[in-house]
Amino acid sequence: MATAHSRSAARLMISPAVLLLLGWMLIPLSMTLYFSFLRYNLLMPGAHDFIGFMNYRFFLTDPAFFSALINTLLLVGGVLVITIVGGVLLAILLDQPMWGQGIVRVLVIAPFFVMPTVSALVWKNMFMNPVNGLFANIFRALGMQPFDFLGQAPLASIILIVSWGWLPFATLILLTALQSLDRDQLEAAEMDGAGPLSRFFHIMLPHLARAITVVVLIQTIFLLSVFAEILVTTNGGPGYATTNITYLVYAQSLLQFDVGGGSAGGIVAVILANIVAIFLMRMIGKNLDV
Amino acid sequence: MRRSLWAVGAVSVLAFTAAAHAETITIATVNNGDMIRMQKLAEDFTKNHPDIQLEWVTLEENVLRQRVTTDIATKGGQYDVMTIGNYEVPIWAKQNWLVALDDMPDGYDTDDILPSIRSALTYEDKLYAAPFYGESAMVMYRTDLAEKAGVEIPDQPTWADIKKAAEAMTDKSNEVYGICLRGKPGWGENMAFLTAMANSYGAAWFDKDWKAQLDSDEWKAAVNDYLDMMNEYGPPGASSNGFNENLSLFQQGKCGIWIDATVAASFVTDPDESTVADKVAFAQFPNKEGVDNHGNWLWSWNLAIPTSTDSEDAAKQFIAWATSKDYTKLVAEKEGWRAAPPGTRTSLYENEEYQKEAPFAEMTLNSMQAATPDKPSVQDVPYTGGQFVAIPEFQGIGTAVGQMFSAALAGQMSADQAIQNAQQLTNREMTKAGYPK
Repeated sequence: MATAHSRSAARLMISPAVLLLLGWMLIPLSMTLYFSFLRYNLLMPGAHDFIGFMNYRFFLTDPAFFSALINTLLLVGGVLVITIVGGVLLAILLDQPMWGQGIVRVLVIAPFFVMPTVSALVWKNMFMNPVNGLFANIFRALGMQPFDFLGQAPLASIILIVSWGWLPFATLILLTALQSLDRDQLEAAEMDGAGPLSRFFHIMLPHLARAITVVVLIQTIFLLSVFAEILVTTNGGPGYATTNITYLVYAQSLLQFDVGGGSAGGIVAVILANIVAIFLMRMIGKNLDV
Repeated sequence: MRRSLWAVGAVSVLAFTAAAHAETITIATVNNGDMIRMQKLAEDFTKNHPDIQLEWVTLEENVLRQRVTTDIATKGGQYDVMTIGNYEVPIWAKQNWLVALDDMPDGYDTDDILPSIRSALTYEDKLYAAPFYGESAMVMYRTDLAEKAGVEIPDQPTWADIKKAAEAMTDKSNEVYGICLRGKPGWGENMAFLTAMANSYGAAWFDKDWKAQLDSDEWKAAVNDYLDMMNEYGPPGASSNGFNENLSLFQQGKCGIWIDATVAASFVTDPDESTVADKVAFAQFPNKEGVDNHGNWLWSWNLAIPTSTDSEDAAKQFIAWATSKDYTKLVAEKEGWRAAPPGTRTSLYENEEYQKEAPFAEMTLNSMQAATPDKPSVQDVPYTGGQFVAIPEFQGIGTAVGQMFSAALAGQMSADQAIQNAQQLTNREMTKAGYPK
């Protein structure tokens, strides 16, 4: 039984760990916050004056900011839709008994282990390149003009590349969930005369709801910070067509060496991510209670 | 067991005393072919300087620039020798970030460095970096295609000549595109070319009061001609083509004309890499009829010493080796004259063997001598620099403006819209940076 005495001793003993944890999180965050109020450009040495919210004002009124915000949401949303719809379909397909199941599953999962920079390079140079790429050759073989993916539909192309990388993850989680589905239920439904579609919508999909929630949650966290694919393929362009918030912060701090502006952008990104997280938690919290 | 421990201890003591004598210098460099070659040949340096050890940090251009700038601006002292462009040299020298190289060892022959390069690396009469290789820009074109199409490109073409030739050479059904130019956004990518082109149209980035001039008639004419040529005669997907992409297109025989850096000449005429090696001719960077200004592009990769180093002498000795006439000779011995680092020394261009082996030597020298980065535009401007504006803010502005023109090239934006956006964002950044200073 814990006495008041032993409880305070326990608190004392865990305090180093708590302090370490706090320092770990708080110091970088407060440094960023501090820098975001300074006029601090690496290329212009001298006094780092305190300029209040000027960095924030310039970041939020940056012509690229609004596009970056929209692009970030489109990117996250687009990839989520593709990976979940595709993931469910693939999971159902892979759940069927077939010849060479093990190898097929490994092949389906493989793209997840390709590094983002590598997959972006491969897609850019070997598939989407309008002169030498595979797609261009297919188009020409069919007697059509090659399509310049990264020039004409840049954001869609990046959504495609990122989805390709994340689809295996969704498939894997959903497949595991599907395998835990009770076969008897499906058979019973079939005997009662339920067609494949109604079996899918009334038995499989509700069963997958929780797994889908997990996929949405985990993917959103990673997709908000997609960067390598953009840097490698389009450099945020043409124009601002593929600039997301992460890329904008990168451009501020490492292309313009504007530490103050970059920090302000970082703080804005943290706030935005938190807003998204709150909505997500609300929606998903409900779902997880079921 | 005990004996082996003792041995390990003895060895480490020995190693420690050896390390105390030898000085290690860290060299940050870019992963271009010429620099990779320098690393291979560095044995020649360490053989003659046993007390200096070299450590290499080789990075891609953009990453190198980020690392080096961060290190020097925060006085990190991570590198003893840095590879930097002539854009950085005067800016950093002004801020006392670089060690002056006015006392190079005997026999270095500073006067041999090409005058245009030397003046680009000089700040207040002192040399602050030693050039490793230098370049200007010029026209490279396919003689066989020009002959077939019945056009001729003079040694000093105008933009009208180029446009006519590009039109005649274009054969899209056979995947031959009349002209390949940079379209990938970036101050060192499409804006290097577009700034040079705009200069040759008589345009300028800023007027005397640092007001952006991107919406001037000269800029509009340059941008519209660029877009017209690329849309009609250029390859598809040009908005993501930079130097390397165009090089590969040209080597595969898919471009009629390519206007870019002079260093490309040794790659397109290399029979091992280029399918069109024996069908390439060169001409000077075009100008617009009636404007007496060629695109005065001038770039060099240079070695410099940050003031934050603790091995200034060793670093200086290394730089003297890497940028000397003897190094050029060493390369020529090992890999032939064509591979010699171009564009830095007058003596190289007086060398008959080099002239014989490098068909691009004369045009490279002419282009470099024609470069006048001190006076980039026919207008009166408050800045220097050829294909860039030598102010710290230009990296950011140039890249953002490059995004706009790249969007116009991809057809996502009209030319007028791109020019208007570019003008606005340039003025915005200049206000933020507090110009005029």
